[in-house]
Amino acid sequence: MSGLTNFLRRNGVAYMFLAPWLLGFLILTLYPMLYSLGLSFTDYDFTEPDSTQFIGFGNYQKMFGSVFGVSEFTTITGETMRVDPYYMQSLSVTFRYVFISVPLKLIFALAVAMLMNQRLRGVPFYRAIYYIPTLLGGSIAIAVLWRKLFEKNGLVNDFLGALGFVDLPGWITNPDYALGTLILLTVWQFGSSMIIFLAGLKQIPQEYYDAASVDGANRFKQFTAITLPLLSPVILFTLVIQIISAFQAFTQAYIIGGGRGGVLNSTLFYTLHMYIQGWTYHEMGYASAMAWVLLIIIGVFTFIVFRSSNWWVSYGVGE
Amino acid sequence: MALANNSKTSTFIKHGLTHIFIISVGLFMLYPVAWMIVSSLKPNNMIFSDPSIIPKEITLENYASGWKGYAGTGFDKFFINSLLMCAVAIVGNVISCSMAAYAFSRLKFAGRRFWFAIMMVTLMLPGHVTIVPRYIMFNTFGWVGSYLPILVPKFLATDAFFVFLLVQFMRSLPKEIEEAAIIDGCDKIGVFIRIILPLATPALVTTALFTFLWTWDDFFNHLLYLTRPDTYTVSRALRTFVGDSGAVSNWGGALAMATLSILPAFILFFSLQKYFVQGISTTGLKG
Repeated sequence: MSGLTNFLRRNGVAYMFLAPWLLGFLILTLYPMLYSLGLSFTDYDFTEPDSTQFIGFGNYQKMFGSVFGVSEFTTITGETMRVDPYYMQSLSVTFRYVFISVPLKLIFALAVAMLMNQRLRGVPFYRAIYYIPTLLGGSIAIAVLWRKLFEKNGLVNDFLGALGFVDLPGWITNPDYALGTLILLTVWQFGSSMIIFLAGLKQIPQEYYDAASVDGANRFKQFTAITLPLLSPVILFTLVIQIISAFQAFTQAYIIGGGRGGVLNSTLFYTLHMYIQGWTYHEMGYASAMAWVLLIIIGVFTFIVFRSSNWWVSYGVGE
Repeated sequence: MALANNSKTSTFIKHGLTHIFIISVGLFMLYPVAWMIVSSLKPNNMIFSDPSIIPKEITLENYASGWKGYAGTGFDKFFINSLLMCAVAIVGNVISCSMAAYAFSRLKFAGRRFWFAIMMVTLMLPGHVTIVPRYIMFNTFGWVGSYLPILVPKFLATDAFFVFLLVQFMRSLPKEIEEAAIIDGCDKIGVFIRIILPLATPALVTTALFTFLWTWDDFFNHLLYLTRPDTYTVSRALRTFVGDSGAVSNWGGALAMATLSILPAFILFFSLQKYFVQGISTTGLKG
């Protein structure tokens, strides 16, 4: 008992300040995470919670069964369960989205940041202009606008038509291009990465470039030998953040696909599929299992990126 | 001398070309937004027949028709809902996140390193993994359909990004100010309220700013928890206004309301730009 009083006397004030966060972490993060892990092994249906059964790895079989060519299987409760025919599609859509949009976004961000890192007038103004898409990009307004722009008779086709292109598709309604329009929407919002890169570039002393010029290094050599290595910690950090958030993309796909996965599920993002399973079909046990698999996927990719950083990120000069 | 002049001229030309390039790309990027704003001012029947950026005829009829909203609820109600929600969210985040940040950055206590590490992990944790249980929990409380599921978490510092931002800022404040205050008889609570909070104002403004934007633009939580049209926020209402199929007859109204919905972000951004840049570059906030 005196141990506790002692602890409180020494740490009480600090824990009082920490209390809201600590409560939030325990009640709204840790407990729900464990709860959803538990749910993922059940057939919890939101509308009839009392008939919930433990079904072992049933939800996970439902996700990955199609990989093994299975369309139906028997759960440990003896019930027949159908494999989810769209799960692998949602995974594939999401992977394509992440692995195309994130690199493109970072390349644009870096290119524009380098362009602005010259001693130019008006950089704060330009920076503001280029940030506007990021400022607005997550809004419903822009998603609605995007859908309108890329329609068959939308502004984009007017534009391309005026340039002499014919037989233009409806970009949103064509399964070959629908994901592309969403990738474009994401890449368009390179503003915050650009601001981070710009701040990083400003930290690189001009003397390095001057010395490199004296030694006869051309622009490209300077870029690969000075800019990239010195910026690599910032690139690593931005890359991780962008990968994590890209895996969770939801809103724009929801709006552009009209609440579903778009034509032939071509924009059935992982989180969108999860939402449909959980809230449209009330399969919350299954949605929980999907959420845990997403957590593991994101964890694995974050880990890979951090591990790979050993050979591409440098934390010092002159190695 | 001639050489210096020559290189000056070439720098001038080079910079000039860079300016032209940056401006052209910028205009191209902003074209969709400009088109939306201009189209919202065109008569409804001319929006798609006349794609030009300069309207032949300006009218406010779209604003009048869109403002009426739907299901008997006007956009005035949606805007009030959104603004109130954002105001409460800001209060919650500023209080709870600054308290946690003060403990992490300025106080010594058993378990600090451990909890700080946990906080950094939650920073990267995908929110979707807690969504189903939170929904079940809030539903048990009878909170679904109200603003509580969206607002209560703000008072419990669940946006770790802001805790991190404020920790970074508070750490940079000099130790001496605090020591002087303690000598003057201030306790830790007094130091927090009278010394640390006022000094942390820039970071608190950044917190308030991003809380506003993210709450305003949030869609997923509004989709899950707001069930009645009279509780809808602007972003939730706009989505229903446009509908599933997108075959809205009143596109003018939709574009007008979409334009109004991005107005607060514009105003805040251009009046508080330095806080944006500071917030983004000190934490690498996602955009």
